[in-house]
Parts: sequence; C-alpha cells; structure tokens
Amino acid sequence: MISDPRPLSPHLQIYRWQLTSVLSILHRVSGVALALGAVLLVCWVGAAADGPAPYAAFQRFLGSWLGLALLFGWSVALFYHTCNGIRHLWWDTGRGLDLKSVYAGGWTVLGATVVLTAAAWAVGLARWGF
Amino acid sequence: MAETPLRSPLGRAIGLGSAKEGVEHWWRQRITGLALVPLVFWFVVVAIELIGADRTAFVAWVRNPIPAMLLILLIAVSFYHAALGLQVVIEDYIHGETLRLTVLVTMRLLCVVFVLRGVLAVLKLALGA
Repeated sequence: MISDPRPLSPHLQIYRWQLTSVLSILHRVSGVALALGAVLLVCWVGAAADGPAPYAAFQRFLGSWLGLALLFGWSVALFYHTCNGIRHLWWDTGRGLDLKSVYAGGWTVLGATVVLTAAAWAVGLARWGF
Repeated sequence: MAETPLRSPLGRAIGLGSAKEGVEHWWRQRITGLALVPLVFWFVVVAIELIGADRTAFVAWVRNPIPAMLLILLIAVSFYHAALGLQVVIEDYIHGETLRLTVLVTMRLLCVVFVLRGVLAVLKLALGA
C-alpha cells in the first residue's frame, strides 16, 4: 500500500502497556463487538415476529454453549462500553482530565464492568436456572 | 485557534473547519451515546427477565406501548451510534479510497436494513399480527 517508504512512527508494540491506552483500545473493540450485539438483538425480535418455530430455534441457539459465550461477551462489552462511555461524556464536560482522575476513572470503569457483569449473570442464572 | 487572521470571517461564522464537517459527527455520537445509557440499563433488566421466557410471554410484553416504544428507540439509536462509531474505525484503518467508500456505504446500508428489520418486527408484534 505504501509506495514511498517514509519513516514510520514506532509501532504499537514498542510502547509499555498502560491503563489509559488499553482502555481506549478496549472502548473501540467493545464498540465494534456491540454493533454485532445489536444484530443479535434484531435477530431476537425478528425471530419473535416470524413465529413460534423461529423463536424456539433462536432460543435453542442462545442456550447452546456458543450462544451463552456470545451472550457473555455481549454483556461484558455492553457494560464496559456503557461505563467507559459515561467516562467519556464526563470528560467532554472538561472535567476529570488530569492524570490522577483519568486513572481513578479507568479503574472505576473496570471495577463497575466486573460487578455489573457478575450481578447480571448471577440474577439471570438464578432466574432461569441454567 | 479561533483568532488566526488566516481564517476568513465567513469561514469562522460557518464554523465547519478544514474537514467541512464541523462538530456534527462528534455531537451526534455524544447525544446518541447519552440516550443509550438509560436505554441500555433498561434493556439489561428486560433481557434478564425475558431471555428464557417463551414467545407468548415475549409477545405479551411487546404489546405494551412503552416497551414497544423503548425497544424501537433502542434498536434505532443503537444502530445510529454504531454507524457513527464504525465509520471512524473504517476511516482509521482502511486507506484505499475505493475500498473505504465501499465498506462505508455497505456498513451504512446494513445498519439501515437491520433497523428496518428490527422496527418492523416490533411493530408487527406490537400491533398484533
């Protein structure tokens, strides 16, 4: 693609991993994942509209190991992206942009993601007794 | 930034900057994101409640006006927000002009198709078919 071999800036892997950049990358990755999650949502509603047989097939799929894995990944991405999105909105007001707040917010978002995911699955599994 | 004499008064008044798009994309991303915060938490509660329920229970629930409305909002705003975000990802990583445009247009079309499929499905159930 690059015809003129100009010097490149250092590649990503040269930098030391740090919370700020990792969370930023995760925000993007989870966003892309959630676009697929939205498709899953449409499939759910669509299956219900199509009739009992498609709906039963969709529920069987969700109950399979692949379905459950997708649901779990979706829930993690949903909680992370939502919490980190709130963090972004907070930044957009011009607040919390100093290094200390950025790290505190980052750990808070990670903690909230773990707690919310665990809570949702605890309630869901108790409700449906898988 | 705003005080450079090289910017014409007209350019400053129109406020679209060098990319000719202004802050529209950024702003829409924030507004849809803000709208999605309550919608997502509502959806999580609903999903836990309904994920294992049979179709009869699901249909009975969608027939209520508020759930139907919120479900349509969730689907439409999600794909709007997704289209804005995916656009940036595509613009960042796909450098060939033709391929980038093709992927962008395809992505938008797919978003429209999924919104239509979702909204029509909700309406069909809500209006009782």
